[in-house]
Amino acid sequence: MGSREEAKPQTTTDFCGQHVATRDAYGATLAELGAENEKIVVLDADLSGSTKTAKFAKLFPERFFNMGIAEQDMVGTAAGLSLTGKIPFASTFAVFETGRAWEQIRQTICYSHLNVKLCASHSGLTVGEDGASHQALEDIALMRVLPGMTVIVPSDGYETRQVVQAAAAFDGPVYVRLGRAKVPACLPQEYRFQIGKGYAFNIGKDVNIIAIGIMLPMALKAKEMLAADGIDAGVINMASVKPLDKELVLKAAQASKFIVTCEEHSVLSGLGSAVAEYLSETCPVLIKKIGVQDTFGCSGPADELLKLFGLTPEAIVETVKAGAAQK
Amino acid sequence: MAAAAEKTADIAQLKEQARRLRVKIVKMLAESGSGHTGGSLSAADMVTALYFYKMRHRADDPKWPERDRFILSKGHAAPVLYAALALAGYIDRSLLGNLRKIGCPLQGHPSSKQLEGVEVSTGSLGQGLSIANGIALGLRLDRTPARVYCLMGDGETQEGQIWEAAMSAGHYRLDNLCALVDLNSLQIDGRCEDVMRIDPVAAKWQAFGWHTIEIDGHDMQEIVAALDAAEAYQGKPTVILARTIKGKGVSIFEDKVEFHGVTPNKDELAIALQELGE
Ligand SMILES: Cc1ncc(C[n+]2csc(CCOP(=O)(O)OP(=O)(O)O)c2C)c(N)n1
Ligand SMILES: [Mg+2]
Repeated sequence: MGSREEAKPQTTTDFCGQHVATRDAYGATLAELGAENEKIVVLDADLSGSTKTAKFAKLFPERFFNMGIAEQDMVGTAAGLSLTGKIPFASTFAVFETGRAWEQIRQTICYSHLNVKLCASHSGLTVGEDGASHQALEDIALMRVLPGMTVIVPSDGYETRQVVQAAAAFDGPVYVRLGRAKVPACLPQEYRFQIGKGYAFNIGKDVNIIAIGIMLPMALKAKEMLAADGIDAGVINMASVKPLDKELVLKAAQASKFIVTCEEHSVLSGLGSAVAEYLSETCPVLIKKIGVQDTFGCSGPADELLKLFGLTPEAIVETVKAGAAQK
Repeated sequence: MAAAAEKTADIAQLKEQARRLRVKIVKMLAESGSGHTGGSLSAADMVTALYFYKMRHRADDPKWPERDRFILSKGHAAPVLYAALALAGYIDRSLLGNLRKIGCPLQGHPSSKQLEGVEVSTGSLGQGLSIANGIALGLRLDRTPARVYCLMGDGETQEGQIWEAAMSAGHYRLDNLCALVDLNSLQIDGRCEDVMRIDPVAAKWQAFGWHTIEIDGHDMQEIVAALDAAEAYQGKPTVILARTIKGKGVSIFEDKVEFHGVTPNKDELAIALQELGE
């Protein structure tokens, strides 16, 4: 294919230490992978500028398929491409990808266990001004319940790059949850993402905070605030929501007998539920879930929305203290 | 392409093969006591022409990369696919007696994880054409000459996703794709024209950028000619709009809405086998 010569290998950074949106790291990594692997094909549903697949589209036009505003058809077409040995990445906003096309994902991709990567941007409240219609707060729930689906929520650019590489190398359906807003870098240079593995910054004696996505840097901040009050908090990144790193979750629960989960998602059926489902059968300890409380989001600047819905380091501190009193 | 062009259709032999397919269908359904009779029989002639005339495929190498692909979008017609796979040598014929039984790979609707020869799982109507498009795009990227066939029901084309996919196939000019619509005029709740009108069918597909061929879906000569014409046609996907009779081949099932998802009882099986010349 002619593209191979034209498309110079991307000299992207690994995003370590960089303040970028996870969708930007996704777009850059996808373009990088496209140069390395001709099997990578990309589909979008008229949002390539926002999901950042446009970068791939520009470099490899013959391997990019804009499916128009037709998410169900996009997901089905991705399934078909995978049946010819391609590795399709299909992107749109999380609410449309997981909501509009849920049954296609169930019937066609998961039931046949096809090698399709669903990488959705604009998850959670940080969509901001577009409001509730565009803020997916149920996508983890919708994907997690599907047999054979892997669900990954990276928290910074550095991790996103590794997640996208791991998804491409993995044989099977993967859902990757990406965000619109720039996020602080929080994972250290030595961090290596692995499907099914969490990462403990430290294990605390008083509480362990298990967090994903934009909540991870907040959990790290909360840990420092708690330390000042003499509370020993551990912080765990659980990017691999499914499969969950059960061993690490159990270890954390045994160490502190108190777990707090943090996600930019409904508290119903997300990370917190995954942790609670597991611990209720193995090591029933107090679990407090921080997330959106069974409600829709609304329009506003992303950072103000996070405050409004109680997704802040201060809210984590408060929850830990309330839990400690209850323990 | 050469392989197909060399082939000439032995119409009499194909008709006999279609008869055998129908016999297998009614027998497996009677034995199972559950499954879809009408839509399996209406599609039997088209499926016969695909598996025993048009498609390049290898029963001893089901994943042969250059094989033509068949997607049964109307997955409830699984018995017609299972009968073809059995007669073509993909699966052990003795399996047919265990249709829909626990542990049998012949699931109520085709499952690719459980049965070799099934390209992708179907059963939820409206999804097959998008999958076929994706396969067609992938084959084209690889410059593989293989073709893709996708069989839909007429009721099924009421699904919105079919028209998303119709638009995509037209947009991408997928001339390595051939769709077939089994126009048996019936769905579950009654006649399509009463439940939800789909006419004018040909004009709709043409408007979405397709080459259309209208045939009698039980005339083997016409089916074969349409499949050849579809392969020869360049620049657009082709849809074969096949007028059929639901339950075709057994008088007591023909054009009977109640035989959509009902299987033959003992007496009905006897009549069916007699009429099918067994
Ligand atoms: C999405 C979806 N909705 C409903 C059904 C239930 N269903 C099974 S067959 C059928 C009617 C299909 O009619 P048609 O497509 O005309 O098929 P045929 O007449 O060839 O059997 C329905 C509604 C289904 N399988 N999938
Ligand atoms: Mg019908």
